[in-house]
Amino acid sequence: MAFIFNDPFETLFNFQQALDQLRTSSWLDAGLSGQGTFPPLNVFRKGDDIVIIAEVPGVKKADLRIEAKGDTIRIAGSRTVGLQDKASVHRRERRSGSFDRAIALPIEIDADAIRAECRDGVLALYVPRAERDKPRAIAIK
Amino acid sequence: MADQALKVQEKKELVPKGEKTVPARYYVPVTDIYEADDALTVVMEVPGVDRKDVEVKLENDELRVEARIDFSKYEGMEPLYTEYNVGHFTRAFSLSQKIDQDQIAASLDDGVLILTLRKVQAAVPRRIEIN
Repeated sequence: MAFIFNDPFETLFNFQQALDQLRTSSWLDAGLSGQGTFPPLNVFRKGDDIVIIAEVPGVKKADLRIEAKGDTIRIAGSRTVGLQDKASVHRRERRSGSFDRAIALPIEIDADAIRAECRDGVLALYVPRAERDKPRAIAIK
Repeated sequence: MADQALKVQEKKELVPKGEKTVPARYYVPVTDIYEADDALTVVMEVPGVDRKDVEVKLENDELRVEARIDFSKYEGMEPLYTEYNVGHFTRAFSLSQKIDQDQIAASLDDGVLILTLRKVQAAVPRRIEIN
């Protein structure tokens, strides 16, 4: 079920509930590999293609490394949280460090045509499904 | 510091004092706060928020930040597998220092909101010479 947005308030709530329900989804289970759990990922289907979205606030584009091979996508990078000199710290909740995560998608992908976008701390990977993996309509004679 | 592995920080859902009229859930942005001699710096992580959708209010020594995400980007997408939820962000702090309302500076880069709150002159600590 894809989301069509009419009423903005109702829709966000419905969308949040839909995302919650899928917290137990096993879609990627077989394909989760690699070290680390950061960044948390959401995987969507848009038409035939897959969209992987991750929240990476404070990570610079230059500090992100995305690699694709076969059906596996690797997202690695690091985040530094700057400290000011001569300042006393009241709260320290942001974390810095490096991450390296690899996921294997359960569909065949066109690794050469993956497009990555990083805006406002959100990384989006548009992963096209391989042409040969798409279902074909079979005409009945 | 940079060598340690980053772990997922589970997003904290806002437990509101007063109920919102709309049912959508809000999240509490992860925040660092530093104090220097002349200013207070508040650093908040609000991924997915555009600069026009941030609202910063300072009233009765309470700093309130509301940052709204643009979820229309998710239109036409069907979730298959999820590890986090999305929602608007809001958080409020009671300030103990007097802040100059006119001199609040804000910047938003890569989903990180930085607020610089200048203290009013009277609140800046003075060094008192002993004769």
